[in-house]
Amino acid sequence: MRISTRRRRQALCAVVAAGALVLAACSSSGGQASTGDNSAPGVTDTSILLGTTQPLTGPAATGYSKISAAMTAYFNFVNANGGINGRKITLKVLDDGYNPANTVSQTNKLVPQDKVFALVGSLGTPTHTAVLNFIKQNKVPDLFVSSGSRSWDQPTKYPTTFGWQPDYTIEGKVLGDYVKKTFPGKKICSFGQGDDFGADGVAGVKLTLGSSLASEQKYTPTNTNVGPQVAALQAAKCDVVISFTVPGFTALEMGTGAQLGFHPQYVVSNVGSDITTLTTFLKTAAIPLTNGMVTDTYLPLTTDTSNSWITLFKKVDKDYDNNAAFDGNVLYGMSLAYTFVQALKAAGKKLTRGTLVAAAEKGGFTGPGLVPFRFSKDDHSGYNGVQVVTVQNGVGHTTGSIYTTDDGSGALSAYSKSQPTAPSNGLPG
Amino acid sequence: MNLVRRLWQWTLVRHLVPALLGVGLVILITDQVSDYRNTQLTTLGAYICVAAGLTLLTGTNGQISLGHAALMAVGGYTVALILQDFSDNNITGQWMLPLALIAGTLVTTVAGIVVGMAAARLRGPYLAGATLAFGVALPSITAQFTSIFKGDQGIGLIFDGPPASLGSSFSFSHWQAWYSLFAAIIVLFFLANVQRSAVGRHLRAVRDDDVAARLAGLPAARLRVLAFAVSSAAAGLGGGVFAVGLQTASPGSFGLTLSLSLLTAVVIGGLGSLTGAVLGSIVLIYLGDVIPGFVDRLHLSATSAQKMHDNLPPAVYGALLIGVMMLLPGGIASLARPVVVRVTRRTTHTTGCNR
Repeated sequence: MRISTRRRRQALCAVVAAGALVLAACSSSGGQASTGDNSAPGVTDTSILLGTTQPLTGPAATGYSKISAAMTAYFNFVNANGGINGRKITLKVLDDGYNPANTVSQTNKLVPQDKVFALVGSLGTPTHTAVLNFIKQNKVPDLFVSSGSRSWDQPTKYPTTFGWQPDYTIEGKVLGDYVKKTFPGKKICSFGQGDDFGADGVAGVKLTLGSSLASEQKYTPTNTNVGPQVAALQAAKCDVVISFTVPGFTALEMGTGAQLGFHPQYVVSNVGSDITTLTTFLKTAAIPLTNGMVTDTYLPLTTDTSNSWITLFKKVDKDYDNNAAFDGNVLYGMSLAYTFVQALKAAGKKLTRGTLVAAAEKGGFTGPGLVPFRFSKDDHSGYNGVQVVTVQNGVGHTTGSIYTTDDGSGALSAYSKSQPTAPSNGLPG
Repeated sequence: MNLVRRLWQWTLVRHLVPALLGVGLVILITDQVSDYRNTQLTTLGAYICVAAGLTLLTGTNGQISLGHAALMAVGGYTVALILQDFSDNNITGQWMLPLALIAGTLVTTVAGIVVGMAAARLRGPYLAGATLAFGVALPSITAQFTSIFKGDQGIGLIFDGPPASLGSSFSFSHWQAWYSLFAAIIVLFFLANVQRSAVGRHLRAVRDDDVAARLAGLPAARLRVLAFAVSSAAAGLGGGVFAVGLQTASPGSFGLTLSLSLLTAVVIGGLGSLTGAVLGSIVLIYLGDVIPGFVDRLHLSATSAQKMHDNLPPAVYGALLIGVMMLLPGGIASLARPVVVRVTRRTTHTTGCNR
C-alpha cells in the first residue's frame, strides 16, 4: 500500500512534468504570429464595441462623469441615423474612480475580457498614463485620450495612442502670454496637480512668461485638504494664480482662498474652469468667486447659441442624453465622439485596428474645434491652440486672437481661419 | 525505495517536491487560460507572496501588521525606480527585471527591519496602531516628492516582454503571470522551510509565551525583528511582482484597503498556515470576479448593477470572514488539514504540531 502511494506520487510527478514540457513546446512552435494591424476584435458587419475608462466616482467625478454619457448620446444619435458603414456603435464605460490602480484593472477587463475594438476618450492624465504600456502590448487603438498630457504624442513608443484636446503645455503658453501682457509687474504663481497635468501646464506657462514663478504649489487628487498650499500662495503674496486643476480642486482652491481672505486673479486651465461644474461645488458663491477668472477654450462657448455646433449638440443632448445641463463636459464628450466617428468613417468599410490608426494618422478632421488638429504619422497630439476666455457673472467671453503653437519653444501665432459650420444632418460628411 | 523514504524525511526534499509540482502546474495552467485570467493569476501570485509573509508574522510569531501594503509599495517603487533608471540609460535585457525584483526585496527587508525594531517594543492594539500609521503615511510620501515619485500618477514599469524563444503566441500577461507565480512558489518554499526550522519553533515559542521563551534563552525581541524582516522580504517581492502585473507603481495600488484585505485573507485561509495564505488569496481574488458575473446575470438596471458591482464583493467578503471566524476558527485550511495529515503520516514519521 505504501509503495503504491509513493509510486502513484512519482507517476503523477512525471506526468505533470512531461505534460508541462509538451505544452511548453507546443506554445513555442504552434502559435501564429499575431498581426495587430489586420485584427478587428469587437467588430461585426453590424456593430462595433468600444470601451472607455471614466471617473464616474471619486475626486474627479463631478462634471467629468457627464462626458461619457454625452459620448454615448452622440453615438446613439449616429446609430439612430444608420450607424457608420452600417455598423452601430456600443460604448462600454467602466469607472476607475480617477485612481490609476483601478484604470489598470478596468482596462484589463475592457481589452482581454470584453475584447473591445478600440478605446475612445479614456479620461485622465495619471490614470491613462498607467495603461500606456498595456495598450501598446495589446495593440489597441487608443484614440483621443481625454487629457492634455504630452505623453499621448509618442508615436514611436506608443504607436496606437492619440491625444485630442490641446496639450497642457499649449494652454500654459497661451495663458502665460496673456498674463504677461495683461498683468505686468504682478507676482505670478501656480497651483497644479502633482503629476504630468500640472507639470506640463506649468512648463508651458514658464515658456511664455519669461520669468520664474513666485510660488509653485501642487496638490494630490486623493487629498482634499489644500489649506497648506493656498496659505503658501497667500504668504508668497501672489497676485495671479495660474491653476492646472480638475474642477473639484479649482473649487477647493477658490473656496479655501475665500476662507483665508485671499482673492488673487485666478487663471484656470480649460479642464478645471467649467462654470456649471464649479457651481455644483461652490453653489451661490460660484458667480462672485469666478468673476474675472481667466481661462481658455478650443471649442465654441456653450453659451454661444448662434453657433451651429452648439445648436446640433444641444439637440442631441435633448434627444439622447436626458437633456443633461448643457455644459463644457457635455460639449467635450460630444465633440470628441464626433471626431471619433470621423475617424471611423475615414477607416472605411473594411474596418480593422490598422485602418483606424491609419485614418487617425492621416487626420484632416474638421469639426467643432476653433483650431486644426496636428494628427500625422509623426504627431499624435490633438488640437494645436486655444483662445483666452474671461468670465463675467458666470458667463465666458472670448478675448483676443485664437493662438496656435507647438508644445516646445515655438512662438504663438494668431489663427484666423473661420470655424466650419456643423453638417445639417449632424453626421460627419 | 528506502532511499526515497529517507530523502522524504528531509524537510528540504519534502518541500521541494510540492514546489516543483507547483512549477509544473503554473506552466500548465498559465498556458491554458486566457490573457484576462493570466492577469488575475499575476495578482494572485503577488497576494500569495504577501499573505504568506503575513501569516508567518501574525500566525507564527503573533505580531499584527496593518501596514503590509506600504511594505509592498516599498518593493514596487524600488522595482519601478530601478527599471526607470535602466530605461533612461537605454539599458535593456531580460536580466533587468529579476535584478530589480531582488533589489526590491532587499530594500523592503531593510525597511522591515526598521519597522520591526519599533514594532518589537509594542504589543496588541499599539502595534496595530503603529503599523496602521506606517501604512497610511508611507504612500503619502509619494505626494510630497512628486519629482521622484510622480504623485498619484505613479511610475510606469518598463521591462522586456517574453523572450522570442518562448514563441510568438506567448503573451505579455502570460509572462507577467510566470514572474508572479514563480515568485509566489519561491516565497512559499522559503517560508515553509522557515516554519519547519528551529527559527520557526523559536518564533512560535515567542508567540505562545514571551516570558517562557526568554527564560529558555531565546532572544525574543530579536526574533520579533527577524519575523518582521522575513515577512517584509515576502511583502517586498509581492509588491514588486504586483507592480509588474500592473506595469505601474502608484500609491492608489497600495492603499489601506489592500493591507486589511490581505490580513483578512490570511485569517479566512487559516492563520499561521501557508496553505491558508494561498486559499485566502484565491478567495480574495475570485470573489471580486465571480460576484460581478453573478450580478450581470440578474439583469438589473445599469445604476443598481453598478452599485452591486461596487458593494456586493466586500459585503460577501465581510460575511465570509464572520462565518469563517464562527464556524472554522482555523480557517479554510483546517478543512483540508485532516486529509493532508493522513496522507503525510503514511510516508513520514513526523508527529506533533504542524502549525
